Amino acid sequence: MSPTDAVGLFAQLQTRDRTGEANCVSEDGFCPDWIADNWQRYQDPFVEHVVLTLVSVAAGFLIAFVLALIAHRRQWLIGPITAFTGALYTIPSVAFFFLLQPFTGLGKTTAIVALTCYTLLIIFRNVTTGLQAVPAEAKDAARGMGLTENQLLARVELPLAAPEILAGLRIATTTTVGLAALAFLAGAGGLGAELDQQPYFKSNVVVAGGLCVLLAAVLDVMILAVQRFTTPWQRASAS
Amino acid sequence: MSTTIALLGDFGDAVQFIFQERESVGGGVQVGGPEELWGFAKTHLLVSLAAMLIASAISVPIGLYLGHKGKGEFLAISVSNVGRAVPAVVLVFFLVAYLGNGFLNITVVLVALAIPPILTNTYVGTAQVDRDIVDAARGMGMKSSQIVRQVRLPLAMPTIFAGIRTSAVSVLATATIGPYADVKTLGWPILTPQTYGFSGQLGAALLVALITLLADAGIGYLQHVVTPKGIKLAGEQGPTRRRLALPTRRREAAT
Repeated sequence: MSPTDAVGLFAQLQTRDRTGEANCVSEDGFCPDWIADNWQRYQDPFVEHVVLTLVSVAAGFLIAFVLALIAHRRQWLIGPITAFTGALYTIPSVAFFFLLQPFTGLGKTTAIVALTCYTLLIIFRNVTTGLQAVPAEAKDAARGMGLTENQLLARVELPLAAPEILAGLRIATTTTVGLAALAFLAGAGGLGAELDQQPYFKSNVVVAGGLCVLLAAVLDVMILAVQRFTTPWQRASAS
Repeated sequence: MSTTIALLGDFGDAVQFIFQERESVGGGVQVGGPEELWGFAKTHLLVSLAAMLIASAISVPIGLYLGHKGKGEFLAISVSNVGRAVPAVVLVFFLVAYLGNGFLNITVVLVALAIPPILTNTYVGTAQVDRDIVDAARGMGMKSSQIVRQVRLPLAMPTIFAGIRTSAVSVLATATIGPYADVKTLGWPILTPQTYGFSGQLGAALLVALITLLADAGIGYLQHVVTPKGIKLAGEQGPTRRRLALPTRRREAAT
């Protein structure tokens, strides 16, 4: 047997080895081999997805938190702000990603603006209800000890509202992971782009969709851990 | 200044797409216009309505039963938590990949999306009815089934409708990605820009947003209508209903 024959035979063996996978892939099946060979292609979309989520939630938290603090001193603002953020919240994200494009074009900016808008209602509402739920006795005691309004906010009200605030952050984060799966419509990539490319290929859908669910779960648990760690006096689980 | 005109141009073009047929991007066929879009909107509304009716028919009786018995708190809460952990979009792709295309399949997905808010809210609304009211009803000789239908259900109505409202918004939004299951909803122009172009995408997006906001407002009005007078009066004087330590399903972002 000449060396070329040997190479040919080896190649054949390899092909035979791969036919199972090739069949599986051509049938759009769930193929562990294919996943093992192709997992790298999900790295970049996954990172994009994480960045979209974290940037949007961070921006949304900042805006909603400031709004809630302003509304805390001027209670009449709560109604209008809730109504406005609620209206933003009702617009379907598929539509939102397009309605923004005339202003911000295709790309990450559009996706982040839309995703940020969706977090506002959840975080604003939770910060507001958290602050409102602080017992009047605690505030009276603090005032009696000579705390100014700002000290009262920083040392009494915000720490006592922390569980509710972090619960809002958790809901906002899991929601954003899900909505970011459509950010590809705004040209921002993410795991949704992979889903969109081969929506009928089970392996692809399982990996890309599974990563979305996993990301949501991991971020959720992380915020829960922060909540437990920062509010040791409160063991009540967040809803 | 030129940007303002450009903005008007994009939206103007999108509105024109809705009201007037035009040649497709690739040429050869006429797309857009009220006739074609009404077809998409009809499919969109039909699939959403079917899903909402099925989901309500399943969730409301179960929620009422569990809420009345005070059982199944775990079930009602887990359903809502699992519902939140699996994003709607991902659910659509999963079921399309595994169940395949078609009107029936997209309906199944939408039903799965719509159940958690309605079930949780029905359960919470039914369970949180004041114990004293139920006792009074029983003292008046009402049977269990009468208490559920004549006392618990009316008092739970606002909460149940809040759940239906949440579900309807997310179902209408998610129906937009129906074309992945080969069901031509209003998402079709959005997902096939090679034929419809950007104005088609933007036009369809405008319609989807409009329909969702209208449905939200409409169900909000219904919610007001079905709220018993007693609750509305009580609401003005402050809450009299016992508040359970259970979260109702709050409004959640549409897909």
